[in-house]
Amino acid sequence: MRSPDLLRHAWAVASKDLLVEFRSRTAIVSVAVFVVLVFVVFQFGHDPTAVSNFDLAPSILWVTFTFAAILALNRAFQLELENQALEGLLLAPIGRGSIYLGKLIANLAFVATIELIGLPLLALFFNVPVLPCLGPLAATIALATVGFVAVGTLFSAMTVRTRFAELLLPVLLLPFMILPLWWAVLATGRLLASRPLSEVAGWLNMLAVYDVVFVTIALLLFPATVNE
Amino acid sequence: MRMLRVGRWITGIALLLLVGVYIRALVFTPVERLQGLAQKIYYLHVPAAIWTETAIVLVGLASAFYLFLKDPRLDRFAAASAEVGIVFAGVVLTTGPIWGKPIWGTWWTWDARLTSMLFLFLLYVGYLLLRSAVGDPATRARYAAVLGICGMCLVPFIHFSVYLFPTLHPMPIMMKPSPPSMPGSMVVTSLFSVGVFTLLYVGFVVQRYALSYLGEQLEASGEGGSGKGDG
Repeated sequence: MRSPDLLRHAWAVASKDLLVEFRSRTAIVSVAVFVVLVFVVFQFGHDPTAVSNFDLAPSILWVTFTFAAILALNRAFQLELENQALEGLLLAPIGRGSIYLGKLIANLAFVATIELIGLPLLALFFNVPVLPCLGPLAATIALATVGFVAVGTLFSAMTVRTRFAELLLPVLLLPFMILPLWWAVLATGRLLASRPLSEVAGWLNMLAVYDVVFVTIALLLFPATVNE
Repeated sequence: MRMLRVGRWITGIALLLLVGVYIRALVFTPVERLQGLAQKIYYLHVPAAIWTETAIVLVGLASAFYLFLKDPRLDRFAAASAEVGIVFAGVVLTTGPIWGKPIWGTWWTWDARLTSMLFLFLLYVGYLLLRSAVGDPATRARYAAVLGICGMCLVPFIHFSVYLFPTLHPMPIMMKPSPPSMPGSMVVTSLFSVGVFTLLYVGFVVQRYALSYLGEQLEASGEGGSGKGDG
């Protein structure tokens, strides 16, 4: 398939998902509330006189994003279960790669929205100066998010049609999320402490390699998850 | 079934040889100067670790070939290899802390190597859980293959991160570019042990493979021939 078609079809799938979400807005509102609640849990889950909020901020940020992303990913293919919408999608004259890319784009948009809500709230609640390092921090968040959402989109296509789907996705996905999460936490900590960019370049490179490898693999493997 | 018997024989011989490894390790191999007897666990720990990693790569390769060839034998092998891998990962994660407590003074530390072995263990758990969560054999094989390939691709990342972080864990003393930094008798015992673990792996996998084959036959006949277990 020609690449303009691939992208055009992917965009059609993504815009369909985003439109469904935009019309109802239930998922995004729930996840945004979830993010706030996790922040509150973290605030009361540690002693701020023993561990300062500033030291804990990178962990709070990434643990919250991880759990919020898993919630979002569970939703991606659940949408398609109703009225056997997935069969309809598979019958459409578009490549499997387009379906995967479309789902990936929609999930990325969804998770990015959560992160756009989460980051200012983190700065507000935990008094973390995110503005001075906003550019590199945004790059770190973007790189880490692409990696685990790519794997998560692939896995959610499988888990959604298994027993205990909501539980299985995190069990399968978390081992794949820990590495990017780890690199992202290390990079975020250094960025928030206004360390020079050269100190985090290594982590960002690792994240970029992870993204390239897993987006490619997921694109190649996705047909195997939906072909009967 | 012949294959099951062969598997049992191989495993039996391997277990006897494992006793041999430990007789050799305890009687005919020098005691390490700094670690004392605790070092003897090395002959169990390292071969198990080698086979934990190899098994997941074999799961990944079998999965990749399965997606092309759709041969149920490859899927059966991948499942067997994963089950044996999780047992070996369990051996590594049990013997490690037993050694760590006297040498490091702690059962567990979030060291890169320990963490990476825990990763592999969790990958195996996820793989087997996914298999158990899908009813239809053909779907199960496809899903498991996808996860198996992803798991294999994660291994280099896990492995690479080992060298990025300062670690408490002893560096490889045998599998490195320079000659092994231990006496010849220890090298021989280690190699003997790796050989025995190879045999153990083969024995377990053959048995597990035969068992899942028999299970599928039973399933197929139980359904009155309406559903083929092979998918």
